[in-house]
Amino acid sequence: MATLHLDNVQIHQGQQLLLSLDTAIAPGEIVTVMGPSGVGKSTLLAYIAGFLSPAFQASGQVRLDDTRLDTLPAEQRHLGLLFQDPLLFPHLDVEGNLAFGMRRDGRSGERRERIRAALASVGLEAFARRDPATLSGGQKARVALLRVLLSAPRAILLDEPFSKLDAALRDEIRQWVFERVRDHHLPTLMVTHDEADARAAGGRILTLSAA
Amino acid sequence: MTAALSYRLVIRSLPWLTIGLLSLPVFSGLAGALAPAFGWLPALGGEQLSLAPWRELARVPGLNDMLRLSLVSGLGSAAISLAVVVLFLGSFLQSPVYRRLRRWLAPLLAVPHAAAAIGLAFLLAPSGWVMRILSPWLTGLDYPPDFAFPGDSWGLALILGLVIKEVPFLLLMSLAALVQCRADERMTVARSLGYPPLTAFLKTVMPGLYPLLRLPVYAVIAFATANVEVAMILGPTTPSTLAVAVVGWLHDPDLTTRFMASAGALLQLLATLAALLGWWLMERLVVRLSRGWWQDGRRHCGERGWALVARWAMRLVLGLMLLALAGLALWSVAGYWPFPQSLPWPPTLGNWQNAADGLLSPVAQSLAVALGATLLSLVLVLGSLEAETLRRRPLRPGAQLILYLPLLVPSVAFLFGLVMLQAQLGQQPGLLAVILGHAVFVLPYLFLSLAESYRRLDPRWAQQARSLGAGPWRVFMGVRLPMLLAPILTAAAVGFAVSIGQYLPTLLLGAGRVETLTTEAVSLASGGDRRLTAIHALLQLALPALGFVLALLLPRLLFRRRRGLLLSH
Repeated sequence: MATLHLDNVQIHQGQQLLLSLDTAIAPGEIVTVMGPSGVGKSTLLAYIAGFLSPAFQASGQVRLDDTRLDTLPAEQRHLGLLFQDPLLFPHLDVEGNLAFGMRRDGRSGERRERIRAALASVGLEAFARRDPATLSGGQKARVALLRVLLSAPRAILLDEPFSKLDAALRDEIRQWVFERVRDHHLPTLMVTHDEADARAAGGRILTLSAA
Repeated sequence: MTAALSYRLVIRSLPWLTIGLLSLPVFSGLAGALAPAFGWLPALGGEQLSLAPWRELARVPGLNDMLRLSLVSGLGSAAISLAVVVLFLGSFLQSPVYRRLRRWLAPLLAVPHAAAAIGLAFLLAPSGWVMRILSPWLTGLDYPPDFAFPGDSWGLALILGLVIKEVPFLLLMSLAALVQCRADERMTVARSLGYPPLTAFLKTVMPGLYPLLRLPVYAVIAFATANVEVAMILGPTTPSTLAVAVVGWLHDPDLTTRFMASAGALLQLLATLAALLGWWLMERLVVRLSRGWWQDGRRHCGERGWALVARWAMRLVLGLMLLALAGLALWSVAGYWPFPQSLPWPPTLGNWQNAADGLLSPVAQSLAVALGATLLSLVLVLGSLEAETLRRRPLRPGAQLILYLPLLVPSVAFLFGLVMLQAQLGQQPGLLAVILGHAVFVLPYLFLSLAESYRRLDPRWAQQARSLGAGPWRVFMGVRLPMLLAPILTAAAVGFAVSIGQYLPTLLLGAGRVETLTTEAVSLASGGDRRLTAIHALLQLALPALGFVLALLLPRLLFRRRRGLLLSH
């Protein structure tokens, strides 16, 4: 697995410098970016993932080892993005959602087999044909992460991923997500304003302050 | 060519095609009317510029009455409709009455103008249903009374016919605008400060709402001052409105009349512009006068009385519409139905059986034109809205104006010019010209009904899909289209209904070769056969209704196991 490099990344809004960051995230490492709301945490993720709004200007480079990402269209960056909402496509069933992100190579039987195996690994094997709207919050969160993992990402970006979960569920899902990304040896960047998230991640913590 | 490049090329070109479809016919049509109005139309031997067509127009007997009738019925119906809508919204915005009414707006809007006008004529005529119900026990009449309706010389029937169609239109346009100007918040703040609903609405919501309603109101004025089919069915005949007269001159067997008709078409444009200008000046005046009133702290403006007026005016508008449609149904199954019997007894299917053979062709032509125009418009609208997501900003105000262009320029003026151009260029009128002509009117409505939903779709859906590796085509086809299927189908049903209701583009661009239910119904309406007319008007109503039913059922069927999708719209 490759290391995710953020080389001298600076994001401006007009004349104003919003944030600057220079770091590298090793495979399996979870780096947390913290800061109060409005400081541009989500803008950073949007930039890395390829969705920066034209209102902002960015400089610097995003690399996976030697592959430069910031010049590629979003769909070719292979960065798994997880929002605070699970965003399971409402017009597809659970299986369809998981298949959406998978590469098209391989027979459809194989693809289906991998989906079943992935669902079975989280105890959701009976849910393949279910309408995502009928899932519980915790189940949706799990399916959303499975979808990202099945798309064979080369790094993971987490955008306040646990803030909308019930307090009781939050710890459990959090541990589960972190275990998975470590198992897959994926460099992971999480932005959050919740210190419990940062503590649970157990990695480096970078704090953005209002510039 | 890569997929991303083909996506950019296609999606970026569609807004330009849209602008072209909306503006080219209007401007070339106006130019096409301008030249003959000053004597220049080589195809008919006019090769010299002159003012003769205008002099001839000035000599037309009753021209002043025509103009006055067009202006009074147009401005009057617009003012009445707006007043009813504003008073109703003000009195009932936060009440269940309003929520109940909302559900009926789209189907009401789908009733074609011609069908509503025919129904109203049959309802209120001396031998109409209302008179039959009231006679003889109330009126003492055994024979139909003698009054001119429809076709009264003041144009009251015409105004009424326009109002029952414009009120639902303005209400529907208000729905989106009310959300946009945060009417609920404004009302809540004002009411918590002790203002009763209507005063709260007039003082705090209207100043934000009206600017958003301005273009729809102008479209209503433009339509009402210049429409042909409602004025043909409900308006007076000697003289008629200017627009009706212009269409009559165009069909005059003496081809030289067309020069004068061109001048008439331009005069119609000027008259509509004058009406809009007059309205705009009134707007300024009202704003000036009410500025002090907005902040004078008075909490009352006689809202009890106005609420009563609003409630009954709305009931009257909706009731007339429903009775008119019910009356059409009665006439279509009436055998011998002498005055003053209230119901045709026994009902018969004979009229339908007799008409069946003759209905096949107009139904097929209506469907062909409506499906063609709707499909074309849908592709252009989807492309334009998708292009907005590419540029990540909504339409500029100028583009909004282009959208309204075909609704603001009197169609009789620019369609007339297009006919003149057809004649000059030797173009054959026919189905394709009619489909394109319909699309000019279908597209704005389709766009207006779809834009809200399209823009409201959370951009994170597309971001999530792209970060999972989906390219732009796949995001469009595999995420946005299916997620928006319900609003897309509803918008298509609106467009389809608009096309079914079109009269003038079919009549003028088809030159008699394309006969739809609407052209048939309007020409039958001037004859005496109420049964056959009613059948045509009912079918004219049934096709859009079918479209709406399909638009409602199809997503429910396809996504019956997708609750998240059905709840969100």
